[in-house]
Amino acid sequence: MKSILYLIFLISFAANADDGSYETARAEMIDQLKWYARHVHDDDDVGFGDDVMSAMRTVERHRLVPPDQRQFAYENRPLPIGYGQTISQPYIVALMTQLVRPDPDDVVLEVGTGSGYQAAILAELVAHVYSIEIIEALAVRARGDLDALGYDNITTRLGDGYYGWEEHGPFDAIVVTAAASHVPPPLIEQLKPGGRMVIPVGSQFLTQDLLLLEKTGDGEIITRQYGAVRFVPLTGKH
Amino acid sequence: MLPATLLVSAGAIAYELLLMRALSIVQWHHFAYMIISLALLGYGASGTLIALFRRGFKAHFEVAFSASALLFSITMVACFAIGQRVPFNALEIVWNPRQFLYLSALYLAFFVPFFFAATCIGLAFTCRQSQVSRIYFFDLAGAGLGAIVVIAALFALFPQDALLAISTMPLVASVLMCSRSRARRTLFAVQFAWLALLFLGLPQQHLDLRISEYKGLAQALQVIDSEIVAVDSSPLGLVTVVDSPTIPLRHAPGLSFSTQHIPPEQLGVFTDGDGLSAITRVDKGVESLGHLADVTAALPYSLLDTPRVLVLGAGGANDVLMALFHGARSVDAVELDPRISNLVKTTYADFAGGVYDDPRVRLHTKEARGFVSRSDSRYDLVQIGLLDSFGASGAGVHSLNESYIYTVEAIREYLDVTAPGGIVAITRWLKLPPRDSLKLVATAAVALAASGAAEPGRQLALIRSWNTTTLLIRNGTLGPGDVAAIREFAEPRSFDTAWFPGIEERHANRYNILDEPYFFDGATALLTGRAAEFMERYKFHIDPATDNRPYYFHFFKWGTLPEILGKRKIGGAALIEWGYLILVATLVQALVAGLLLILLPLSRVKRSWPAGTTLRSGTYFLLLGLAFLFVEMAFIQKFILFLSHPLYSVAVVLSGFLIFAGVGSAATTTLLRKFESDERRMIGLAVGCICVIALSYLLVLPLVFDRLIGNPDLVKITVSVALIAPLGVCMGMPFPLGLRRVAETAPDFIPWAWGINGFASVVSAVLATLLAIGFGFNVVILLALMMYVASVQLAPR
Repeated sequence: MKSILYLIFLISFAANADDGSYETARAEMIDQLKWYARHVHDDDDVGFGDDVMSAMRTVERHRLVPPDQRQFAYENRPLPIGYGQTISQPYIVALMTQLVRPDPDDVVLEVGTGSGYQAAILAELVAHVYSIEIIEALAVRARGDLDALGYDNITTRLGDGYYGWEEHGPFDAIVVTAAASHVPPPLIEQLKPGGRMVIPVGSQFLTQDLLLLEKTGDGEIITRQYGAVRFVPLTGKH
Repeated sequence: MLPATLLVSAGAIAYELLLMRALSIVQWHHFAYMIISLALLGYGASGTLIALFRRGFKAHFEVAFSASALLFSITMVACFAIGQRVPFNALEIVWNPRQFLYLSALYLAFFVPFFFAATCIGLAFTCRQSQVSRIYFFDLAGAGLGAIVVIAALFALFPQDALLAISTMPLVASVLMCSRSRARRTLFAVQFAWLALLFLGLPQQHLDLRISEYKGLAQALQVIDSEIVAVDSSPLGLVTVVDSPTIPLRHAPGLSFSTQHIPPEQLGVFTDGDGLSAITRVDKGVESLGHLADVTAALPYSLLDTPRVLVLGAGGANDVLMALFHGARSVDAVELDPRISNLVKTTYADFAGGVYDDPRVRLHTKEARGFVSRSDSRYDLVQIGLLDSFGASGAGVHSLNESYIYTVEAIREYLDVTAPGGIVAITRWLKLPPRDSLKLVATAAVALAASGAAEPGRQLALIRSWNTTTLLIRNGTLGPGDVAAIREFAEPRSFDTAWFPGIEERHANRYNILDEPYFFDGATALLTGRAAEFMERYKFHIDPATDNRPYYFHFFKWGTLPEILGKRKIGGAALIEWGYLILVATLVQALVAGLLLILLPLSRVKRSWPAGTTLRSGTYFLLLGLAFLFVEMAFIQKFILFLSHPLYSVAVVLSGFLIFAGVGSAATTTLLRKFESDERRMIGLAVGCICVIALSYLLVLPLVFDRLIGNPDLVKITVSVALIAPLGVCMGMPFPLGLRRVAETAPDFIPWAWGINGFASVVSAVLATLLAIGFGFNVVILLALMMYVASVQLAPR
């Protein structure tokens, strides 16, 4: 049944949404992200690195969103993926990825697999990604989609992200894609000294800013917040 | 015909209030507001229909009335079910243009029932012109009763069940009118079939509320094994308790990164599918809740020893637990919603460790300001925790909500019940750029200055975590020892200090680093003599909220909008206060749709009335429509504090104005005869009385409220009704008096009058709110009085 629906979908979008057009759309998305990086980022800290842009160019976002959203996959906006969840807008995904400063040897934990897109981007850049999802249907769908895309360096599981994934920790970086009232202490514990954790702050369709948590060599925690506040001078004439 | 008019009118207002309730649960309240205000255009559009086909309607008045009432009954249920199927997602509207289509579909769905309701009333006015005053009485009295009936029904029934109950009102009206009509058999058959379907065959699942999947409740239910364990509905809100045994809820806003304590599992308590409040499991004694010492809200306890604590907005009792954890001598917990208190006190008493059975704790089911203003006790700490969800707060969802918790007058009242040296502590979600917290600092500074403080900054301290801020307001100055205690609390927990007496920039922005020390800079400007200039230049509205302008959550400035919209795709969308923009959009939509649906079709009606009537009488009925609702809405606000509950205020003021206006309307015929007066003189007299009474209320009400606020609810409700009565009676006169004149001189203009008045009512609800946000409720009342005065000059000749 699923394959029949998929076939119908392919036929209906064949005219304007074949792989070639998705590739073009993806390239346009990259250009847009680079434009933003050039025009709004005033320091190197959050400018997008070539490796991050390369990962964004590689991962087929349209294959990780529900069929009815594929035509919008490369627009710079969040999309609903069902079950009250969203796939973050590409700009936020790129910024989150950039902020964890991924290294090819890194082992990364993701809390909130969702569509699997953030995991896929990270998997292009690091050695291994462990990802936990709290909603069963999403966990199953994301696993299937990531398998179909050939990601064998992503391990997923269904369960409580609050306690992290101790047997695979400590992690070089942790990406929490679901908003929370506080940062779970076990996650901070499973972060390596020198490691970084990124958390989006805000509601489903409106990410307010990103919280970057850094654990120093001696275990001290320092956080920084990145968001639109950086680009809007708070006082001035209007 | 008159009882049928009463029933239809009661059904219409009941349906409106019910939809407000249901849509607030399903969506968010400002969209409910938007949808309803536009749906009410059905009132205006029906006037157009009657004007276009009035001859046919006059010939078949009973049939038309009966059929319209029946269609109102059917469509109020059918459109409710259809509306639930429209996949509108309010949060996506900024990204996805398709959402506008869904929103339009919702408008259309809810427009239809109001259209049929209004057709009944409009037909009565048009076809029974000799009884205008009496019809208006039954119309208004019905509306007043409808408001009371639906609020009572919502205490006993879920909204979807209350819907079925109120749909019988227009059905009965249809039956009453049908008995006199010639097409009786057909109508009876449909009425019977509908009644049978209503109570025997209507599948319940079509009416069940489908809560947006992006609301907290829907999200919580997605978690494995989570389930609803209790649900209760009342006009105060739908309260739902969720248990998630496999992946427990742990709600601890502002918890320090350096804490060694994991919060225990909790039950989630959602109001209207959002607004999470958690009930914490306490099975190893309150002393096991170490995490409660590691949140910003715990700061005041570092300055107080065994304090007497007042918790305002107790919710799931977390602030009560925090007080007990810190060795409070006594705790008075104030919670507005009795159902939430009962969850903690009774239903989940064992789960919550019997917190309300602790001999130190006293629970009060009261509204916070009402409790404080009546209290003779003195407290060492008045604690106001987080009463709203972060998502709602961040998206500007509350920007239209009045809040009397965070006004200048409120803070002065809190300080009045605080013992010397005691503290008022208010915790808010941290937003970037800073909004809530700085507005609170500005409000506290004004409140302290008004209470005689020479240097408010010496009595304040502000700390922040990555997502919460806590402001301390001391009844007395903070000395060096206090400052040391604040720093000793904050620094080990990685909380930043943003203000304390003697703070320097090096003390701020050390752990949760922002590009600039925004909070320190803002607090410093607000507390060191640069407040006016800073607030003027700041990109968000952070002027203190007052009881006259109680819009604490309103931060919107037009000048900032273009800049933020330009940054929409890089995070700027989250900075827009959507609630306010939606209100403006609602006004624009109402104006445009009103012109298209009411005035444009009416302009095609053949004019058989004297020249100048359209402009003169049209303006008269427009002004009356605007002014009536301006006064009504402003007084609902004024009575909220006195009646200590927004619901009581809506019920008493709305019903009071409607019913007494009905009385005024009915009295016009007698008064005209008794005083041998004409309509225009009577209008002048009524407006004179309205102005005298309303102006005297502006001066006298604060004194009356202050003197009587300590009385039992029943006494206060009686006093309120007595105060509303004379104003309501006078306000009920100008409309029917004008209509009488029109019936004599230009009878064909009546549908116009009805349509224009309906249009003005729609616009006026939104306009009054926008004006109140900008200028305060007193200005809204004064404007209404000016419109009443102008209407005297324009009264139909």
